[in-house]
Amino acid sequence: MSPDARKALVVLVSVLIAVGIWGCAEQVETDQAPKALVQTHMAQWQRKNPDRAAQWIKEEKARHKIRPPADNRHLLTGDQGKGHVYGSYTERDILMWARETEKLVVEGSRIFHSAKLLGGTVGVSCDMCHPDAANTHPETYPKFQAQMGRVALLRDMVNWCIEHPVRGKGLAADDPRMRALEAYITAQRKGTPLEYGKH
Amino acid sequence: MKRKSVETEYMEDRAALYRSLAKLDRRSFLKVSAAAAGAVLAKGLVPPHSFAPVSVAQGAEAAGADKPAFRFAYISDSHLYERKINDRFVRALLRAVEDVNALDPQPDFVFYGGDLAQLGQAAELELGAQILKSVKAPLKMMVGEHDWYLDMGERWRKLFGKPTYSWDHKGVHFVVLMSVMERDFWTKRGLTPMERMTTVAGLDNGMQSPFMVGEKQRQWLKNDLSRLADNTPLIVFSHSPLYKLYKNWNFWTDDAEEVQAILKRFENVVVIHGHTHQLLTNRIGNIHFHGLLSTAWPWPYAPQGMPELTIQMSRPDPFNPNDGCGDGEVLVHVDGLIDKVYNLWNRNPITVAKGYTASSGTKCIPPKPNRPGY
Repeated sequence: MSPDARKALVVLVSVLIAVGIWGCAEQVETDQAPKALVQTHMAQWQRKNPDRAAQWIKEEKARHKIRPPADNRHLLTGDQGKGHVYGSYTERDILMWARETEKLVVEGSRIFHSAKLLGGTVGVSCDMCHPDAANTHPETYPKFQAQMGRVALLRDMVNWCIEHPVRGKGLAADDPRMRALEAYITAQRKGTPLEYGKH
Repeated sequence: MKRKSVETEYMEDRAALYRSLAKLDRRSFLKVSAAAAGAVLAKGLVPPHSFAPVSVAQGAEAAGADKPAFRFAYISDSHLYERKINDRFVRALLRAVEDVNALDPQPDFVFYGGDLAQLGQAAELELGAQILKSVKAPLKMMVGEHDWYLDMGERWRKLFGKPTYSWDHKGVHFVVLMSVMERDFWTKRGLTPMERMTTVAGLDNGMQSPFMVGEKQRQWLKNDLSRLADNTPLIVFSHSPLYKLYKNWNFWTDDAEEVQAILKRFENVVVIHGHTHQLLTNRIGNIHFHGLLSTAWPWPYAPQGMPELTIQMSRPDPFNPNDGCGDGEVLVHVDGLIDKVYNLWNRNPITVAKGYTASSGTKCIPPKPNRPGY
């Protein structure tokens, strides 16, 4: 290739790169305005409602007893995980695990106690037959349930109850509501030994 | 050789005995009659009564060896919604009314144990009143917390009259208490009437206060009972059990001890309560406690605080509609103690005889279920 052609090629490529970078920068800039707007509004709202984010959790815990998740403080003692990146836990980690886990359990409690959130059509909620998730026996699943004609997991039984006594539409296995319900039901049986297949 | 059954062997032995008696010679005959006379005297019968003392029906002995003076039926805890929202509870109450109307002979009265409505709505209470109108026998109503906390009993009083009252019937004094009073928890929180109602409607909702009878009603009770002798048969109805079973579910009356103290002087007191939706038996001193079944749904047994006398019914089968629900009867004896009949739909009825609580659980033990419990 002649030196002139090479030079022209280099210039062309740099121009293209520059245009590309400029173009991307343009994109970022145009996204920035609405994002900043949202952030401003969020900050305003959070200032007005300092506890609202945590309010629903507090309210639900005032209404219904929630069994707390396991205490992981023992992981902060001694030489736990020293020298490892993922093994060295901090106070913040422990707190975050507990809060997030509890949040899902509390969400499950909210759904458990509400016919509307369950999608029921007859005004029946789970706690009508299972106060504090009593008599749910999550530790006995999987077990063969003749009436369903197959081995049932906890979620299958939850769905059966939603479809029949609660008269709603069954939830998919990965539906956030189903996950929350399972979390709450198993949380309430903390400490009970597993005994799958028990009828 | 074919093995004979126990019954066959017994009948053959019996037949052989009678044949041999017919063939006795004079000396053997005298021996046998002397032995028979001795047996009669041992039983306490004086001649010339029959030489064949017959013990009639072990069942009669089990039931306390005296027939009940009268009986009444009960329906409780229907938790009605309007039909267009939930027809299941309506149909259950209709079934209970049919059961009670089909009793022959008719009971002296039918007692309703509270929680007619689910959310205290006027429509729910009026629907319940309309359904209960078709009960043939006289109806006695008691209020529950689900009926009360939307409008603090305004609609209930209009439909059914005073929540606290008493009457006498065939020598027994009956009292109906409003035992689900609660300390004000709603004003401070600024709850609307509906929010207050839904809070109380949640059995496990910890925001509400514990149930109580309250000072005013205790005074009323003292006055009402003041003219009665200590040996008057007394039956008290309350919605919540008048003892402390499990606070988390308000299976509880906060001033239970004070109420029990007022009842202490009587020989035999029976307390019949709703709210627990299960077979429940207890005895504290002179007071015999019995629970009522619900027509709507069964509650599980409390994880702690269960009275020892209760032989828990087996776990209701969720695949069996109405399992664990029902209605029933109460057979009242002359001394005021009762046989409590639990007419469980889809199950054999269970009777908790007076002899069971009277003997603190050693006699007349009701059958234990043969299916898993809770």
